Amino acid sequence: MANQNKSTTYRKIVKKISLYILLIAVTLFMIGPFLWLLSTALKSGSENIFQYPPKLLPEDPTLGNFSTVMEVFPFWRYLFNSAVVAVLTVVLNVLFCSLAAYPLARMNFKGKNIIFVLIIATMMIPFQLLMIPVYLISLKLGLQNTYLGMVLPHVTTAFGVFLMRQAFMTVPKSLDESARMDGANSFQIWLRVLMPLVKPAMVTLTIFTFVSAWGDFLWPLIIVNDNDMYTLPLGLNMLSGTFTSDWRLIAAGAVISMIPIITIFLLLQRFFIGGAMKGAIKG
Amino acid sequence: MRNNKLTPYLFLLPGCLILGAFIFYPMLQAIWLSFTDYNMIHDPSFVKLDNYTELFQDPLFWKTLTNTLIYLVGVVPALVIIPIFLAVLVNQKLKGIAFFRSAFYIPVVTSLVVAGIAWDWVYKENGLLNYVLDLLNIISEPIPWLTSTHTALFAVMVVTVWKGLGYYMIIYLAGLQSIPDSLYEAADIDGANWWQKMTRITIPMLMPFVLIVTIMSSIAAMKVFEEIYVMTGGGPLHSSETLVFYIYTQAFDRLNMGYASAAGVILFLLTLVFSLINLKVMGKDNSE
Repeated sequence: MANQNKSTTYRKIVKKISLYILLIAVTLFMIGPFLWLLSTALKSGSENIFQYPPKLLPEDPTLGNFSTVMEVFPFWRYLFNSAVVAVLTVVLNVLFCSLAAYPLARMNFKGKNIIFVLIIATMMIPFQLLMIPVYLISLKLGLQNTYLGMVLPHVTTAFGVFLMRQAFMTVPKSLDESARMDGANSFQIWLRVLMPLVKPAMVTLTIFTFVSAWGDFLWPLIIVNDNDMYTLPLGLNMLSGTFTSDWRLIAAGAVISMIPIITIFLLLQRFFIGGAMKGAIKG
Repeated sequence: MRNNKLTPYLFLLPGCLILGAFIFYPMLQAIWLSFTDYNMIHDPSFVKLDNYTELFQDPLFWKTLTNTLIYLVGVVPALVIIPIFLAVLVNQKLKGIAFFRSAFYIPVVTSLVVAGIAWDWVYKENGLLNYVLDLLNIISEPIPWLTSTHTALFAVMVVTVWKGLGYYMIIYLAGLQSIPDSLYEAADIDGANWWQKMTRITIPMLMPFVLIVTIMSSIAAMKVFEEIYVMTGGGPLHSSETLVFYIYTQAFDRLNMGYASAAGVILFLLTLVFSLINLKVMGKDNSE
């Protein structure tokens, strides 16, 4: 009997160790390319970065590449642009989607179903088809090289309306009714009663929108041609196109431009992963 | 009770204005443009079906369409299957498991430009991948992954898979956590082993999520652009050029707006199949 116990604990330990080995192997695959990038960024000018076999650890690690790249790569400007675009997109998207979702979840009115179906149907239209006319419209509206130009096409999404509508539908109707008895109008009910109760859905939508706005590349590439308005991905893309021969600089620029989003992610990882899980179930 | 009849429409107004201006109107304009010749200098001139006939005769269009389908066929099964195992792995109750979940998710939040640069470095002739394959004696001389017509498309596909794994893993993780523990407990009592539990409980219970992931990753694969733009520029010799890349270059490099719109309409029709299934799935969830 004691023997059997021993063998089961033994088996448990083996299982645990093999799970950790597996986890570490996958982690290496997932973040390996970034570690490799970091290693290149830390290598000094005297070290041959193209040596074979490749070396992961820099012989003489230096931060010199980072200070050099900061001279040619207006990081702070790009970071500011990225932040403005992402924050504006998030705020407007959460606002417009929650506003639109409220009557769709709570009121009866003419055309409700058709409006809902039309909103959801927008999911079927790839932006890659729309980008040409949206570009032409944005030019006409004078939105080229502006924050609004980068933001406006993405500030209402079917996903957001759907998610917020689902969230509103879970709030008991009696809450609206008692607020209405107290003399609140629809807007006040939306703002004071419903919005505070759907915070988890708002967080989910915020994170989804933030990640896609922060990483967006295709649309800014089309609508922005002024370097001063570049977001981080566009700026980095230009850096790697301009300094093609200087791999250390490109690597340093890539590492620097990763820092903001990785920091935000690590601080809020609970929400990122929780939000993605909720989005998966609802969307 | 002051319930103005206009109230619901006022709430809907901002969102609907945006969708109207940036989706519905452009949609109609894209369809109209696809029947015109338009280069942004002269007004669009109506050319009937010329863009479409020209498109179907353009070998490059067929090449990019084929590449897109290869992309789809290669990337989707990997993104549907591998994340199931990753989700099971990070669903284990182990110390530090949250760290691993986050680590697997990092490629999802990083921009494709950074990812492209990092992988470029992995794929170089004297880079990490060739070194590892050399160590394992799989190759005798380095392969120029991104600059060979045989490998460029596949090399970029790997990056798409790598970047998507964490995202779909989380979707499956949500699915796993919705499976009642009692099912596994009952299986334990019956003496089921790990593999039996996987095939008899986990995978069948995850089927709705498998469907979601299949559709999402298929639509994403049809629209792939950034990886290509950043890593290969469609080359060498168009060997890694996809449909959206073709649309982009036709529209914004050559200013063939009408022609590019026709290609865009084809893309729309191709993704429509997947989107319709997606809507049906969502509708089902919604009515429950």
